[in-house]
Amino acid sequence: MSDKLPVTVLTGYLGAGKTTLLNRILTEQHGKKYAVIVNEFGEIGIDNELVVGADEEVFEMNNGCICCTVRGDLIRILDGLMKRKGKFDAIIVETTGLADPAPVAQTFFMDQDVSDTARLDAVVTVADAKWLSDRLKDAPEAKNQIAFADVIILNKIDLVSPQELDEVEARIRAINPYAKVHRTQNCAIPIDEVLDRKAFDLDRIIELEPDFLEEGHHHHHDEDMQSVSMKIDGEVDPEKFMPWISNLTQVEGPNILRCKGIVAFPNEPKRFVFQGVHMILDGDVQSDWKPGEKRDSKVVFIGRDLNEKAIREGFLACAA
Amino acid sequence: MTAGTAPSLTQSVVPVNAGAHVTAVGWLKGTVAFGLTDGGVLLAKDAETHRVEAHPDAGILVAASDGERFVTGGDDGRVAVTGQDGSTKTLAQTKGAWIDSLAISSGGAFAYGAGKRVIAHDDRGREKTLEVPTTARGLSFAPKGYRLAISHYNGATLWFPNVEAKPEVLEWKGSHLDITWSPDARFVVTSMQENALHGWRLIPDKGHMRMSGYPSKTRSLSWSGDGKWLATSGAEAAIVWPFESKEGPMGKQPRECGVRHAKVSRVAFHPNTYVLAVGYEDGCILLIRLNDASELLVRPAVQDSGVTAMAWDKAGRRLAFGCADGQGGILTLPT
Repeated sequence: MSDKLPVTVLTGYLGAGKTTLLNRILTEQHGKKYAVIVNEFGEIGIDNELVVGADEEVFEMNNGCICCTVRGDLIRILDGLMKRKGKFDAIIVETTGLADPAPVAQTFFMDQDVSDTARLDAVVTVADAKWLSDRLKDAPEAKNQIAFADVIILNKIDLVSPQELDEVEARIRAINPYAKVHRTQNCAIPIDEVLDRKAFDLDRIIELEPDFLEEGHHHHHDEDMQSVSMKIDGEVDPEKFMPWISNLTQVEGPNILRCKGIVAFPNEPKRFVFQGVHMILDGDVQSDWKPGEKRDSKVVFIGRDLNEKAIREGFLACAA
Repeated sequence: MTAGTAPSLTQSVVPVNAGAHVTAVGWLKGTVAFGLTDGGVLLAKDAETHRVEAHPDAGILVAASDGERFVTGGDDGRVAVTGQDGSTKTLAQTKGAWIDSLAISSGGAFAYGAGKRVIAHDDRGREKTLEVPTTARGLSFAPKGYRLAISHYNGATLWFPNVEAKPEVLEWKGSHLDITWSPDARFVVTSMQENALHGWRLIPDKGHMRMSGYPSKTRSLSWSGDGKWLATSGAEAAIVWPFESKEGPMGKQPRECGVRHAKVSRVAFHPNTYVLAVGYEDGCILLIRLNDASELLVRPAVQDSGVTAMAWDKAGRRLAFGCADGQGGILTLPT
């Protein structure tokens, strides 16, 4: 559904430069109108016609699942905004520095009214090059925001040495090797690198390759947050794979922040593509495998305290 | 599909072009007020219309009417009142917060929610404020007395604004959206995020009532004039729960009225007969008699013109409706 309004979620720890990026987006000459949802207690000074204050009310869904949380205020505000469809082209949600992006993202999958009218475009995280390494040590929120991101703006690079910059980027990579990382000063970045990314559209997940800017940098291991990526050189058996992925996300859901995959099923001309947030899984057969293209199967999980060995063995046992 | 075969009242409908998504409609004696998302209130009397800028450069999110006043809440943080003569004035103002919950009582009192704060003005203009744990989603005055029901996350709060006593908290886990008080004041019912209704029996035992099975959220609730039935939206039929007995609907099946392949978006009980106006997301409107399920067509399905508001006049002779694309109309029942 192309007429769904795209929603970009802007996260980042306090002082990283979220408001700078937001104002850059809003003041650029693009001829587009944005509705901006900001936290009431957040930084001020946003120059836009339609700014809505939100309360960041995280609600548990009444279904017995502890990680099935949604942003109640966002559901309410989007309901109001959708009645004024046509007044703006896209929505930007700025979260507080301490916010967990998961409830925001889950709102777009768990609330029918929201998913009927809006689509989550991407989670964009602004990180402070000078202070991110410290925050990753002492602030679990900062780690969540990096792990969750589709796009990471590594900002304030003028305040660190090239070595420090490589170091902090390596730390980001240890947590999330798949996000697109941009190094910026004053959040100077072309707007199309931030907006309209379609990061949650299954038909846009066409390849799963880590986004490493340079080869051969030294490897970091984050103590508790990591990504597990796996590949089978060939097809997987859907009779094994589907129960496995469904069980894994049910059991490990609270620890899995994001997952994505492209897999090949025997006698299926199309790729099966899936992506998920905690326990929520969204998957379908998408575009055809190209003639001569290698039909192999790749999956990636980003999460906290993941049992890499068990996940790896489970996946490899799904080979067709 | 039943709409195609229902006898038609479409000839008795005078169309009204409201010009923008209709948030709510109300009657001011013989005049219909359409509250619009572009901030205007369109007053329609017979074939004449007059537009009032109640919320300039803003949008109306919620409105309520008591037959004399059309009170609106906007995304400009204002509560405004518009009369049938076209006069409009600000009743209250907050700094920036959206006003998307509102209730008025026939005595002249009104209340609105601004985030977690609920502000009540009694008929003598005395203002009282209560802070609830999370954003106040729905407000409803008790049928008698100056008492307000407030829905929010994990329950509802019953508050006497002019009494010092601590408000009564009705707990039930989950996010409660709209709230309504039965006409006999025995029940309070909320709609929930989880596609269900929750009710509390206030008399005699504070018992819980769970009404589930909806495929989507209920955002429209309407009591029959005698309080014996509660009609609700959210399914591909109006779901009408029996509240005649003191236990409420527990252990009983609801009626399903007007089953069609489209979701019911609005319901409005006729004020003094068992006739229900049912509006659908595909734009269709039916009148359904509860006793024999007979149906009358008020409006056929119209693309992109889902029904967003409906209201009967006090005598039950006319029904006003408004839609998502700015169309509207007034049905006058043939005599």
